[in-house]
Amino acid sequence: MDTTARIIEKRDLTDVTKLFVVHAPLVARNAAPGQFVILRVTETGERIPISITDFSRAAGTITIVIQVAGRTSALACALQPGEEFLDFAGPLGQEVPLPAAGHTVLIGGGFGAGAVFPLARELRSRGVRVTSIIGARTRDLVILADLLGSQSDELHVCTNDGSLGYRGFVTGRLEELLDAGAGFTHCFAVGPMPMMRAVASAARRRRLPAMVSLDPLMVDGTGMCGGCRVSVGGKSLFACVDGPFFDAHQVDFDEADDRLTTYVEQEKLACSLAGLGR
Amino acid sequence: MPIVYPHKTEMPCRDPEERRRSWDEVAEGYTVERAIAEARRCLSCQDPVCEQGCPVNVPIRDFVRHVALGDFAGAAAAIRRRNLLPAICGRVCPVEHQCESRCVLATHQDPVGIGRLERYVADWERAHGGGEAAASEVWRDQKVAIVGSGPSGLTVASDLAQLGYPVTIFEALHAFGGVLRYGIPQYRMPKEIVDEDIEHLKALGVEFVRDVIIGKTVTIDQLIDELGYSAVFVGTGAGSPVFMNIPGENLKGIYSANEFLTRVNLMHAYSFPEYDTPVRRPGRAAVIGAGDTAMDAVRCSIRLGAEEAHIVYRRSEVEKGARAEDYERARDEGVIFDWLTLPKRFLGDENGWVRGIECVRTELGEPDESGRRRPVPVPGSEFTMEADIVIIALGTNPNPLVPRTTHGLEVDRHGCIVTDPKTGATSREGVFAGGDIVTGAATVILAMGAGRKAAVAIHEYLQQRTAAHLPDIGRT
Repeated sequence: MDTTARIIEKRDLTDVTKLFVVHAPLVARNAAPGQFVILRVTETGERIPISITDFSRAAGTITIVIQVAGRTSALACALQPGEEFLDFAGPLGQEVPLPAAGHTVLIGGGFGAGAVFPLARELRSRGVRVTSIIGARTRDLVILADLLGSQSDELHVCTNDGSLGYRGFVTGRLEELLDAGAGFTHCFAVGPMPMMRAVASAARRRRLPAMVSLDPLMVDGTGMCGGCRVSVGGKSLFACVDGPFFDAHQVDFDEADDRLTTYVEQEKLACSLAGLGR
Repeated sequence: MPIVYPHKTEMPCRDPEERRRSWDEVAEGYTVERAIAEARRCLSCQDPVCEQGCPVNVPIRDFVRHVALGDFAGAAAAIRRRNLLPAICGRVCPVEHQCESRCVLATHQDPVGIGRLERYVADWERAHGGGEAAASEVWRDQKVAIVGSGPSGLTVASDLAQLGYPVTIFEALHAFGGVLRYGIPQYRMPKEIVDEDIEHLKALGVEFVRDVIIGKTVTIDQLIDELGYSAVFVGTGAGSPVFMNIPGENLKGIYSANEFLTRVNLMHAYSFPEYDTPVRRPGRAAVIGAGDTAMDAVRCSIRLGAEEAHIVYRRSEVEKGARAEDYERARDEGVIFDWLTLPKRFLGDENGWVRGIECVRTELGEPDESGRRRPVPVPGSEFTMEADIVIIALGTNPNPLVPRTTHGLEVDRHGCIVTDPKTGATSREGVFAGGDIVTGAATVILAMGAGRKAAVAIHEYLQQRTAAHLPDIGRT
């Protein structure tokens, strides 16, 4: 059985963010919105979880977006079309529970824009109205606006410096739209932890149901190690098998954020040894 | 009649001080002289009751007799009739509860060192280039899928490949061996042994497929309905770690034993930064639990540099689950045992790192449903134990991925797959199961025993199907 994962297309979204279309028919076969893969690049490397941005069962492809965050992601981003990921296992995690009606707002912060795309595509196929809000520090870091725009009824681009679209954070735009009576019935957000926490708090104030995709440290990704445990509604759950999407109003963001810092020192060392600045 | 010495022949071990900082194998194994001397202690009983204590019924009397005569090839051949992983079993079997507990010598003196002899024979065979099973001369066309490459799956694969079935093993991780790979540390069982056994199976024609999570990448329904497998064996292990559900458990520096051991063994965190996966370097380690996994975790933490390493257990030494040999070695390596100690909550520092455990002393009351005396907290005995790394080794629950995604597969209230104990057959036709996913966390050899039974049952099932559906075609 062929489990190779060959890169058939690569796009430079930013200097540090790359999109890969990977021929991995076995993974594409059962893939669903909200799931992720675990990949490895070298024999001595880590296993890292990466959200699935798009999948095609017909073409047997999985599309992923990788942003340089450490040694393994840097090595992954250096791969070229024709090369293979050493390991490419998935799809992992639960399918995100999407609504069948209403008006959904999708929020992608930074490279999180890639992870909300499959939700937009599925929602549109269900006839659900989709408003997407994506944001980045500056215009050169805004990614996938074209792709996400093609699957959204409305697309709002935000930059911190105002170089493109709305000046400010995605949450600022979200709050403005809510105040203007956008009538959102559901919200899904993917991005850096502070952004997801801010979205959760804005949504909570307006009684908007919201889910966020958590990206804790993982090892196996199959429920075996418990390293990815997160507190949701006072219960400890495993992001790899119970998530990665959880009710934003139940997540303990402080704990989840803090657990991400577990290996900061080691990560710095690994990056400096590899000649990578962070 | 041989002269019988009352004590087991000693097996040389490396010095505890040296091994506290080394991942090399602790036990060095018998020399040829020691092996023969130990084998000569065997009485060659008319009725070898020791063999009834072995889950795969290794012909112990025969192989020990060969060793006593210096015929190691003969001994290896005898073991191979029943056990395809002798180098592993000779290292990790809890012999004091199995074969050696039945040895007639054991009533008045040490039993024969059957585990040590099995290891000697297996290592002799490895050194002399043996160990390959004969490939089948028949070729059948009913494909069998095996889910998980741990001890039960490897056993089923070997037995069915030798009967001529095309066998595919699906492994979720990037390396094969299951618990033999991620769980059991290098110093107790070198990974090269697992590599060799897997190479032998490849030579038999077994197909090994990594990175496929059955239940996610492919479901069991798809294996049968779409990919043409005629039977499936589920040997996914007891993969889901148990936590204590007490306050502070998600502080940084608190690991499940599964995570800690997977980082160390599978991902080589002890070689960080040559390997990229890190693990917290312990100063004061506390491991909660007293089974084999707890011993592995505490001894790994010593090798990672812990100045102090504790076993924290709510019952007493008598109730511990660990193998005698590994318990003794842990003690020799300086592990401190806090018996009758129950953690109440974990204490953190201002940066979210664990700094200690609030514990309470216990005393043993009446036996509970497990038959062991129940630990009862002693009021007013609370105290704080310092620890900068905590490893929770209280067992595992079955991994739910396969049961959740397979139609018609019955599980019990613990989530274990329900099987016919004689055959491993599940409630779903054509699907068999064995090992920890059926029994809950147990041992390598019990998983192998379950695999052996299931292989026989799968063979019978497939032959019946052949007879029922294709009566005119000679299959062999």
